Amino acid sequence: MEMPTPDPRILALKSRLVQRLREVLPHDAVIDDETETRVYECDALTAYRCPPLCAVLPASTEEVSAVLKICHQEGVPVVPRGSGTSLAGGALPTADCVILGVARLCDVLETDYDNRFIKVQTGRTNLSVTGAVESDGFFYAPDPSSQLACAIAGNIAMNSGGAHCLKYGVTTNNLLGVKMVMMDGTVVDIGGAHMDAGGYDWLGLICGSEGQLGVVTEATLRILPKPEGARPVLIGYKSAEIAGACVSDIIKAGVLPVAIEYMDRKVLEVVERHAKAGYPDCEALLIVEVEGSPAEIDEQLGLIKQIAAKHDPVELREAKDAAEAGRIWLGRKSAFGAMGQINDYMCLDGTIPVSSLPHVLRRIGELSTEFGLEVGNVFHAGDGNMHPLILFDANKPGDLELCEEMGAEILKLCVEVGGCLTGEHGVGIEKRDLMNVQFAPQDLEAQMRVKDVFDPAWLLNPAKVFPLADTAARRAQPEAAA
Amino acid sequence: MIEPTTERELADAVAGASGPFAIQGGGTRGIGVPVAGERLSLAKLSGISLYEPGALTIVAGAGTPMSEIEAALRSEGQMLPFEPMDHRDLLGTDGTPTIGGVVATNASGPRRLRAGACRDSLIGVRYINGHGAAVKNGGRVMKNVTGYDLVKLMAGSYGTLGVLSEVSFKLLPKPDASGEVTLRDLSLADGISAMAAALGSPYEVSGAAMMPGEGSVVRLRLEGFENSVGYRGAELIKTLKKFGPAEMTMGGDDDWRAIRDVSVFANKSTVWKVSIKASDVPALLESALAPSHAYDAMLDWGGGLVWIGADDSQLAAHSAADAVAGAQALHTDLQTHLARIGGHATLVKGSDDLKVRVPVFQPEVAPLVALATGLRAQFDPRGLFNPGVMG
Ligand SMILES: Cc1cc2nc3c(=O)[nH]c(=O)nc-3n(C[C@H](O)[C@H](O)[C@H](O)COP(=O)(O)OP(=O)(O)OC[C@H]3O[C@@H](n4cnc5c(N)ncnc54)[C@H](O)[C@@H]3O)c2cc1C
Repeated sequence: MEMPTPDPRILALKSRLVQRLREVLPHDAVIDDETETRVYECDALTAYRCPPLCAVLPASTEEVSAVLKICHQEGVPVVPRGSGTSLAGGALPTADCVILGVARLCDVLETDYDNRFIKVQTGRTNLSVTGAVESDGFFYAPDPSSQLACAIAGNIAMNSGGAHCLKYGVTTNNLLGVKMVMMDGTVVDIGGAHMDAGGYDWLGLICGSEGQLGVVTEATLRILPKPEGARPVLIGYKSAEIAGACVSDIIKAGVLPVAIEYMDRKVLEVVERHAKAGYPDCEALLIVEVEGSPAEIDEQLGLIKQIAAKHDPVELREAKDAAEAGRIWLGRKSAFGAMGQINDYMCLDGTIPVSSLPHVLRRIGELSTEFGLEVGNVFHAGDGNMHPLILFDANKPGDLELCEEMGAEILKLCVEVGGCLTGEHGVGIEKRDLMNVQFAPQDLEAQMRVKDVFDPAWLLNPAKVFPLADTAARRAQPEAAA
Repeated sequence: MIEPTTERELADAVAGASGPFAIQGGGTRGIGVPVAGERLSLAKLSGISLYEPGALTIVAGAGTPMSEIEAALRSEGQMLPFEPMDHRDLLGTDGTPTIGGVVATNASGPRRLRAGACRDSLIGVRYINGHGAAVKNGGRVMKNVTGYDLVKLMAGSYGTLGVLSEVSFKLLPKPDASGEVTLRDLSLADGISAMAAALGSPYEVSGAAMMPGEGSVVRLRLEGFENSVGYRGAELIKTLKKFGPAEMTMGGDDDWRAIRDVSVFANKSTVWKVSIKASDVPALLESALAPSHAYDAMLDWGGGLVWIGADDSQLAAHSAADAVAGAQALHTDLQTHLARIGGHATLVKGSDDLKVRVPVFQPEVAPLVALATGLRAQFDPRGLFNPGVMG
């Protein structure tokens, strides 16, 4: 993956820049020592690394504003960073950028159960948002698997999803307001505790903009009362086709499960070895979870079991209690970790229309044979968000490139059947150069013009999302800022 | 009037335009200052191009009548989650409401509480930009973070950023049954507390409305499988015990239509839509407005949405001046109060006289005004699309 050549003008600026940043931040909040900047050299897309010019850790919106003002004046690119768990290289630095980390901004500012919201600083981790309201019977719905580590900042930037988004939506559907600092240091409040923000849908635009429009320092998030209970059922099938038909029938029948998760044989084998969840021997496994009171759960699961049974399952197992539910989820929740233990893998994230599931899985199988790389599939089946995991050997020369090539083929396939390149992980650098597969030039131009409005000098996370060639002219004008 | 029959024709019309357009779906939602421009009707860009019940998705031309969409969905037991308002009752308009008009106004009804607004269900758009080029964003899949989300930006932009040609939605199964828990004679503050308690319970309330004043009523809707609705209703009544006796009835499909369409204010000359934190409503209605203005109010979304309506005699009572002056004073007080506490008010219905005197939409802070102006300059550099409607 190519990154722009660092600007020698900026590299030469380092000592003055660091000095200016220290004038507005405490000494330990400016990290310029080359051994320490390495901490920020990559996110969870670890195949790509590059230490930044320096990193800053502001502890207030005012400090963020002061930092951005300086970088704006000096024409220095800024890459915002939450917890660095992006799988798309969204937080990957360039050698001539300042990493702006929000890890020190992690307070809860307000909780309000009557109006059902929580206001937090965005460095706070996803899970600890729920942690702050859980004992009062509430939760924050979007639940990425990385929720222990990832920050609300990154969730907003990537519009992250989670296992339960079939029912509760993704980040953008749960975001009520933000405080954001623009590249020139201007602080702006958008939305708030009320349900619909006024004017144009700024929140919708900012959510998922991958740190390219502004640095979000505070967020008002919708919280929900916890359901009375939840219970999954596990269904094993002989083929992907049958599992796909079952998913479609469940949806058509009018039940709305909170989650429908899918795992294929490859993943099942690894997970079985790793977590011993007691999964059946089958080609396709579904975990379907519903919520409500015990009687409501029984009724919904009854209907789901009826539908599932029509498709002749290899196994149909309902969780009777919390322990059994835990065992059913155990394997799914450890799937990524288990796969990581046996191999290096690249996790794709394309979405497809659910009706294309069998076709796409078949084609992925063929590509796997063609490229000689194994693939495991584990994903959110209810919404068609696939996560093919391509296994490769990082130490074998050429294997990463081969894997990337195969990944690109799979993503093109997703687009071809009417889907998209990324359902929840974001474009970052990873899918940047595939954007032309999904979008025509005028589609990308419309998006880049939004960035022109928010960040005319293209200083915020400039080398991401759009194909480098398409943004070259826009990025080559840092003086425009000063 | 121009009435293109294909997206291509629409694009050509925009490319060759010499002056501004007043863009129209079915012409039922005339909100904002009337636009001086050639009428551009989307009515012929009509028809459902894709409907996949098993994937909960539908794609349709922007001019597709709502009745056609609703009929198709009904036949598969599905629905648009956000229960879009039909503006004809309130605005006294006739014509055929279209799906494009729903998107342009981000029209969302009582179920917005649980299921989100129109913008939350909208998953894809095609539109013509100010240069006459067709642009697509989003698509037909329900999880998509590829590039910026211009889909949401187009929702609620009142046709000022582009002319929609096609829209895609994610859907929900239509609930089997619905029921309602009703509380009576509560004060405004108690009514809001009761709705907050209901919405803070796990019983999945999908509508919470209140008609305050003499003989006030709080209505709480439950939807789902019949047994489940019954069970949750009973539990909800227990939860709300301290607010007095409540009554549970099983209901029909159309019970919430009047609330959705704000039909009670059909006879009002002037109507505002207020988005506000529910617990701020008593201070707004009882302290900020009531002492100097006469009006009626209806609460939806648990109090997060307040409809304020007044007829000319109520408005004229404000001062010796006429109804327009009274409406202007109420408008100003309303927007000033909201600017201070957070929230916003839109003048949804009012005389053209009034609309040119006041900002129809709540004015935004300076940095957002700059962004809005910048966006319009980028998306519609020649100022063709509904100029002036949103400021
Ligand atoms: C094991 C694992 C499992 C995962 N599971 C899921 C999952 O289930 N669902 C899912 O959606 N994702 C998942 N992810 C991806 C990742 O966790 C999410 O993208 C997450 O939201 C990133 O958050 P972060 O705080 O780590 O952000 P970072 O990685 O630090 O940054 C991500 C992006 O946000 C921008 N950004 C950071 N802070 C700000 C700010 N303050 N203002 C503006 N922009 C900012 C960055 O510039 C970057 O572009 C997973 C990742 C891992 C490693």
